[in-house]
Formats: sequence, structure tokens, C-alpha cells
Amino acid sequence: MYCLWCSEPIIQQLTWQNFFFPDIKKLCVYCDSLLEKIDGDRCHKCSRQCDQAICFDCQRWEKEKERDTLVFNYSIFQYNIFMQELIAKWKYRGDVELGNIFRDAVRKGFTPTFAAMKKHAIAVPIPLSKDREKERGFNQAKILADFLPIKSELVLHRMEGEKQSKKSRKERIQSINPFTITKSINKPVILVDDIYTTGTTLRHAGKVLKENGCPEVFGFTLIRG
Amino acid sequence: MQQMKALHLDTIALLLSGKLLLRKEIPLDDRQFHTLLNHRLITPVPSIVRERFTWKCQRCGNRHRFLFSSLDKASIYCRKCIEMGKVIKSECLYIWSGAIPTWKKYEAACSWNGELTLAQAKAAERIVQTIQKRESTLLIWAVCGAGKTEMLFPGMEEALRYGMRICIATPRTDVVLELKPRIKKAFSTVPIDALYGGSKVKLATAQVVICTTHQLLRFQHAFDLIIIDEIDAFPYHKDPSLAFAAKRAKKLNSTTIYLTATPRLKFRLQMATKQLSYTFVPIRFHGYPLPIPKLKLCRSLRKNLQYSTPPPALLHWIQQRENKGRQLLIFLPTVEITRKFEKSLTTFFLKHGIIIMPSALSCVHAQDEDRNWKIKQFREKEIQVLLTTTILERGVTFPAVDVAVLDAGHEVFDEAALVQIAGRAGRSFDDPTGEIIFFHDGKTIAMIKAVEMIKEMNKQGGF
Ligand SMILES: [Zn+2]
Ligand SMILES: [Zn+2]
Ligand SMILES: [Zn+2]
Repeated sequence: MYCLWCSEPIIQQLTWQNFFFPDIKKLCVYCDSLLEKIDGDRCHKCSRQCDQAICFDCQRWEKEKERDTLVFNYSIFQYNIFMQELIAKWKYRGDVELGNIFRDAVRKGFTPTFAAMKKHAIAVPIPLSKDREKERGFNQAKILADFLPIKSELVLHRMEGEKQSKKSRKERIQSINPFTITKSINKPVILVDDIYTTGTTLRHAGKVLKENGCPEVFGFTLIRG
Repeated sequence: MQQMKALHLDTIALLLSGKLLLRKEIPLDDRQFHTLLNHRLITPVPSIVRERFTWKCQRCGNRHRFLFSSLDKASIYCRKCIEMGKVIKSECLYIWSGAIPTWKKYEAACSWNGELTLAQAKAAERIVQTIQKRESTLLIWAVCGAGKTEMLFPGMEEALRYGMRICIATPRTDVVLELKPRIKKAFSTVPIDALYGGSKVKLATAQVVICTTHQLLRFQHAFDLIIIDEIDAFPYHKDPSLAFAAKRAKKLNSTTIYLTATPRLKFRLQMATKQLSYTFVPIRFHGYPLPIPKLKLCRSLRKNLQYSTPPPALLHWIQQRENKGRQLLIFLPTVEITRKFEKSLTTFFLKHGIIIMPSALSCVHAQDEDRNWKIKQFREKEIQVLLTTTILERGVTFPAVDVAVLDAGHEVFDEAALVQIAGRAGRSFDDPTGEIIFFHDGKTIAMIKAVEMIKEMNKQGGF
């Protein structure tokens, strides 16, 4: 096996714990050390690493009950320079193979947080617009959702970027919701995306789901930007 | 109409000939593209071909099974050269098969009126002869600060006299950016293109091309003279695809000049067995020997690195220097350590009066977007102390610096890197000496060999 980032050979450690189900390492020890997990105290609502229970941004969200459609978001990694490069190569250069780096961490990060609702929740990846997906060849959110131990369904549709930019400036500032729904879900939904930055995207998606009968919406993202 | 079309074709020929391109790299609309394809002026070639147990990427030469991947069977792609745009098996690469443009002959293209030192002139003459005789390779082994760029001028002038197309390839973007104005000034009448990741020009059409070694992947049978700078540097020596690309970028009867200050073992063996013709330039352009690095054992180094605290020996050295007016260039092994030390050293140096304001200390590394700006600030002496990863180990020169390496035993500092780092000191006429110190917590073979090599080069230079 070779490191998916630097191509150095990887020595797979076989121990009694993993003898029958070895973790297949995708990164060498060095590259792996460059990924920073979110650990210690985090905002309960958005997973930002901080010592407040609810961070400043989320306090503002909570004041806008109508737009705040997300119960909480859970992220695994911090957005450092290495992660930026990794994501750029994966998404924009289109090196789809790099997604496998996250398989293990996504599974392990998901289970303790969402274990309670595991049986009846549905994972819904945030879609790309059709043009964007055609250009890249894949949707990174769908790849992440497929790693999860629960059922995943593509029920959202995203308006083309151009159509959106044709809207007037005022509408854009009010930030028009780019999502529509193709099928309603009446179970809890866990939205899956690669990165949580402002949280607006997930809440837009959450809004259309809730308007169509979804009881609660959560977020599960690889990175807290 | 006829004429317009002819003119247009000439432009297209200039854009596409000598290249190997993906469809998306060809700046033509579908109609134009298909017309040229139908007239067989553009020829498709397979991008990824099947080999026994593996694939081969026709652009970068990659044949490692693990460096191919796919979403589905039709879309096998090469992971190796993906930074240059994705090569997919189902999409071809294209070459120009129309008339090949001819390049201009320049009677006397070189407008540089500086003077070469005796040692430079000797090497320059050797390059000229190599080009005249159309010999295939020559290695120039020139110590750091020998002034190798100027040595190239007579050879380039000779090549342009024959109407040759020239490429200077170097591993680092910083060096491309530094070379471009110098070459432009020396050959003011010759069109020159600079190519690097993110450069405005994507498809070079100039007779002289300065580019990063990665950019060579886009060329095929393009150059009569190809000069490969820093042949020992990462990534050329580690990455076979760059040797593959360099080989393909040159024409069949062409000359390759390799430049190095620290030839690796493979080349030294080839030189010793006369398989590779070479010339050695052991003297710096100002005639002074290379400064010899001092090795300083620091027992607290592990702890210092762990907690980003400066080792006491560093302060001691800084205060004991012969010429305290020199700027400081401090090398650190990793980006992370460099960034952490930026904070702690600023406080520490302020406290001890090494710097008088926080902005006088800064750090650079490969992912630093402000890198070029900071390097400029350092040159203009706005920054007094610059912390850096190995990114500044070669190519970039500063007139008067003293150099320290923290954790010189780290694996990133191999023999060649340490020799190059030591070569940063004493680079100008006005200040031809400088101090270099390697802080370590146990001598490594690389450190010992680097010092030996510097001493040996000085000996050869008659010191
Ligand atoms: Zn690695
Ligand atoms: Zn928060
Ligand atoms: Zn390739």
C-alpha cells in the first residue's frame, strides 16, 4: 500500500485488535499526522472548536428560529492548510480516490453521535448543481454519505449556479434557497456535506426538508471550516 | 479571407506545435477544433494505454498501478499528473501535425554587457562548444554563487544564432520568477515566456521558455536546447516522470545542459566513469571561498522544538556574530514548526533587542500565499529575520545573510540541502563571507558529508 497523498509506502500495522478486521490505512504516518481532528471542547451546535457551549455564530442563528432549521451539526476535522490542499485536489482536480482517506474517520465519527437515531434516520447528501457535477464527475457529499452505516437518499436538487446569479442583487443578498425537493421524507434526516462554513447551505437544505414534512434535520460534515 | 485563414493557422501552429495537450487545454472552439482534426492538422493520441498488469499515462509516463484510479471502468485517470489537469482514458491527448513553425535566427541576441570571471568564461565556452558540436549532454557543476545564469548567456546566444528554440527548466516557481527578468534583460529582442502553475501564459509560443520542470509535461519534441537547472533538487531526482517529460520535450537532435551545485551520487559516478561530460566551476563569482558551516550540539533541542522555545545557543550565536548588521535566515524542518517558532522567536528577539519591532521577523513556507511579498520585504531589509522551511534552500539569493539551521539532523536536511543552505551566505561582492551554523542534537552523516563537500569544493577552487 502507498500513501494516497505522498506515495510513500505504508507499513500496515497488524495487531491482535485489528488482526481480523485490519484498518486499511490510506495515508502514511506523516501525512496522517497533518490531519487535525476537532478535539476537546466544541460548540454543541456547530462543532467549532471553542470553549463556549454555544459559539457566537450559533447564538445568532438561535435568534432566527425560522431560518435555523438545524438541530446541530457534527464535524470531524479542522480546516487547516493540509486539509485545504487535500480537498482542492479531491474536489476541484477530481482525484476521486482521495475520498477513501476519510472512510474510516467518517464511520468512526458518525457512530457515537448519531447512534441513538441510527435505525430510522436517513442520510441526505447536499447535491451539486447538474453542471457542476458533470464538470467534476462526482459529488463529494454523496461519496461521504455512502460511507455511513445508514440508508442514504438523493432527494434534493440544486438550482444551476448561473440561474441563481441571474437573480437580482437584492434577492441574492436575501440569499435565495437554491434547493428543491424531489421526494419528501418523514423521518429524521442527517444532511451530509464536506464542509460547514457559515452553516447557510445546510440550513437552506433543512428548510425545504422541513417544509415537506421532515421532523428534524441534523448536519454531518467532514470539516468545520 | 484566404490570407486571414493562413495567418490564423500560423498562430494556431505556434500555439500547438511541440505540445501534447488535453482537449480542454486547446483554446479553440469545437467547430475550429473539428475542422483541424478533419484536415489532420491535429492528431489524437491515446492518453492512457494498457500495459501488462498496469496502465501507462502517456503524458507523465506513470505506470504505478496505485497511481491510477477511476469512478467506473471508462474513466480511468492518472493520479500522478492530475495537478496539470485530469488525464482520462476515454479522452485523447492531441499533437499538432501541421507545418512546424520556424524560429528566428539572431545574429547577436545577447545584450548583456557584464563580464564573466575566468572560471565562468571557461564553463561558458564549454557550453558554446557543446551546442556547436550538437553534443547531447553536458553537466555544469558550479558551486552556489558561481553565477551560473550569466554563464549560460554565450551558449544561449550561440543557440539563437542557429535559430534554436530554448527551454530553461527549474524546479521552483520562485526561481522562474527570478530568472525571467534577468533573461529578458540579457536578451531584450527575443520573445520569452515564463510558465509555472498559475502563470497567465498557459501555452508558451516564445522562442525562449522559462518554466518549472512540471510544465515540461505539456511539451513534445519542442526544444533544441534544454537547460535543466538544479538537477539534484527535489522533485526532479525523486520523480521519474520529470525525467520522462524532459526527454520528450526536446527534439531528437538536441542538447541538454544540466546545472547543479550539489550533484547526486548517480551523476558523480557517471562523471567519474566519463559517461557524462561535465565541467566544474569551483569559484564563486566574487572570488571568495564558500563559508564553512559550524556544527553546534544542542542538548535541549528536542524540548525546544516541542515547546517552540529558542535554544540558548541560538541567542549566543546571534550575539557573537562577526558582523551583526547581516540579516538572519533561519531554516526549520517543517511548516508547522516554522509557524510555531514565528511567534515565540518574535517575542524572544524583541526581548533581547535582536529586532526592534514585531514586523521585522516573518516566516515563509510552501503554502504561504504572501511568500513572494515577504521575500521582497526581506530583500529590502524591511524584514530582518526570516524563518523558512527548505523552500528557500536554493535559487533565491540575498546579498548579506547569516544562516542558521535548527534541527539540522532532521531528514529533510540531506547532504545536498545542507550544502545549498550553506550556499545562501556570502553571495555579494560587498559582503562575500557569512556565517552558517547547524544546530543539532547528534551529528548526521548528511551534516558531515555536507561540510566535507564544501571543503573539497574550496580545495578544488585553490583555497
Ligand atoms: Zn504520505
Ligand atoms: Zn457554533
Ligand atoms: Zn499522468
